[in-house]
Amino acid sequence: MDTLQTIKIALRGILDNKLRSFLTMLGIIIGVTSVIALVSIGQGATSQVTEQIQSLGSNLLTVNIMGRGANTTLSYKDAMEFAESPYISGVAPVVTGNATVKHANKNSSVQIQGTNADFLTVRNYKLSQGRFITPADVNMRQKVAILGSQIAEDLFGLVNPIGQEVKIGGQIFKVVGILESSSSMMGSNDEEIYIPITVAERLLQSRGVRVLYIQAASKDTVSQATEEISSKLSRMFKTSSDSDFQSYRILDQTEMLDTINQTTGTLTMMLGGIAAISLLVGGIGIMNIMLVSVTERTREIGIRKALGARKRDIMSQFLIESLVISGIGGIIGIIIGVLLSRGIAQLIGINAKTTYSVTAIAFGFSMLVGVFFGIYPANKASSLKPIEALRYE
Amino acid sequence: MLISLENIYKIYKRGDTAVHALDGVTLQIENREFVAIVGPSGSGKSTMMNILGCLDTPSDGTYIFEDKDISKLNDDQLAVIRNRHIGFVFQSFNLLPKLDAVENVELPLTYAGKKGSVRRERAVEMLNAVGLGNRIHHKPSELSGGQQQRVAIARALSTDPPIILADEPTGNLDTKSGREIMEILKELHLSGKTIILITHDISVANQAERNVHIQDGKIVNDVKVVG
Repeated sequence: MDTLQTIKIALRGILDNKLRSFLTMLGIIIGVTSVIALVSIGQGATSQVTEQIQSLGSNLLTVNIMGRGANTTLSYKDAMEFAESPYISGVAPVVTGNATVKHANKNSSVQIQGTNADFLTVRNYKLSQGRFITPADVNMRQKVAILGSQIAEDLFGLVNPIGQEVKIGGQIFKVVGILESSSSMMGSNDEEIYIPITVAERLLQSRGVRVLYIQAASKDTVSQATEEISSKLSRMFKTSSDSDFQSYRILDQTEMLDTINQTTGTLTMMLGGIAAISLLVGGIGIMNIMLVSVTERTREIGIRKALGARKRDIMSQFLIESLVISGIGGIIGIIIGVLLSRGIAQLIGINAKTTYSVTAIAFGFSMLVGVFFGIYPANKASSLKPIEALRYE
Repeated sequence: MLISLENIYKIYKRGDTAVHALDGVTLQIENREFVAIVGPSGSGKSTMMNILGCLDTPSDGTYIFEDKDISKLNDDQLAVIRNRHIGFVFQSFNLLPKLDAVENVELPLTYAGKKGSVRRERAVEMLNAVGLGNRIHHKPSELSGGQQQRVAIARALSTDPPIILADEPTGNLDTKSGREIMEILKELHLSGKTIILITHDISVANQAERNVHIQDGKIVNDVKVVG
């Protein structure tokens, strides 16, 4: 008997009991829907977190200097020595402090960041207007300032701030650039002002660097870069690497990324696993209904066998019926799952990410459930003795 | 020799007692015979029909069907014999209620592996032959008993088997329909089929060429009908 004919017979069996078939399918639909929705949202959240971390600057290492004894900072010159390493593509030391900024009759207290030209690329910030600090600005101690977008708006309103003057801590600075607004879970630069590090040291009366942003040349050199920074700092502060005392700390962005990815990945898998259990329950529903169906159709099976149906004919009839139920349920589940994850994602403000692999796995699993839970009833049907099945009332 | 039963026993266990439904039956049926197996209810004639039709296997004895030893065949091989060599006509018709007449007739052809167009052509031809050419898309519930039995006969003939095995084919029918069914069976016999008829009704049995009387699982009489 050809497969097409078997599928026709199976479809007929399903259509003869529309409500029952639908209710049976519902178990699979809910299972597939929840697997897809949960995993999509989970993966969406993961990729969003990853993106945010990556937006801080790629291959970023954050070095905090605690120092030792009286020696608690690094000089700008020492800090820039890191830039000579082949594993490092950018070094941005930062001197931070608070100051009052004034323009016309407006003033506000803001955080001042003194840094160098590398900062923009190392931290992956973008300018919306003008330029950033140049090496010349640092060398010549030029009093130029780059404003965060919020500060620019507060001080200047609709007026273009480029070329205007502001007073920072009583000294006059020329505004040369505005940063593009950026906010992430790691904070915002909208209310900060950037000036050359050499100027900041004097303005803030703080000598030495406590924070360094360093960009490794590539993803693969991150660990070498870390090692090099570490050995240099250990030498400077005369601490041995096995001592408990830490005079510096290096925060590796990729390490953080891995940790977060691992955590969210585990969470996603767990959610998917819980959803998969409901798929399994749906499968038991299929088996239950198929068993009822076999009992109900015992006489039909008897007639078919008397007319020459072989074991495998009856077997495939019931197996295909169960596969069609789980297959249709799977397809409906995929559609609802995708729509649901989109809806929920929109509601909580993330991007759902439905991958082909999740869809394929969920569908494949639902078909597998169909086969697994269909085999027992199908086998039961096909092993009926024709004479006993015919006698069945 | 078409069919040869040699010392066939069929024993059912009912609790502690063993019921001998067939108790050492030996019977030969030639090609193109029209045999009636006659007996009261409980005589074992239904068991006889099940064994002849390869629906059931004997507890003991040898059943040779067209030179093949039936006891040596597996379930699937028996299914092929039922499909190609035997056409069944049951007392209760045994049509599938959800299929229409032509689909019912197509069923054995489906299991014979015939293609859709071939099946349909053959099924319509068979329904025409039993005089139901105008009712091919009626469901069994929309047909009278006589018509349903004719659909069943068309179904039995669809794979062109040499043997028609009819179990009380007129049992559920009124006299007129019963007579019509008997006429069809007689025609089939004349066209070259072997007809085995199981009945308790002497007047029906007398329309066959040979009567095998069965009682308590044993053949008690085997006579040629003088017509």
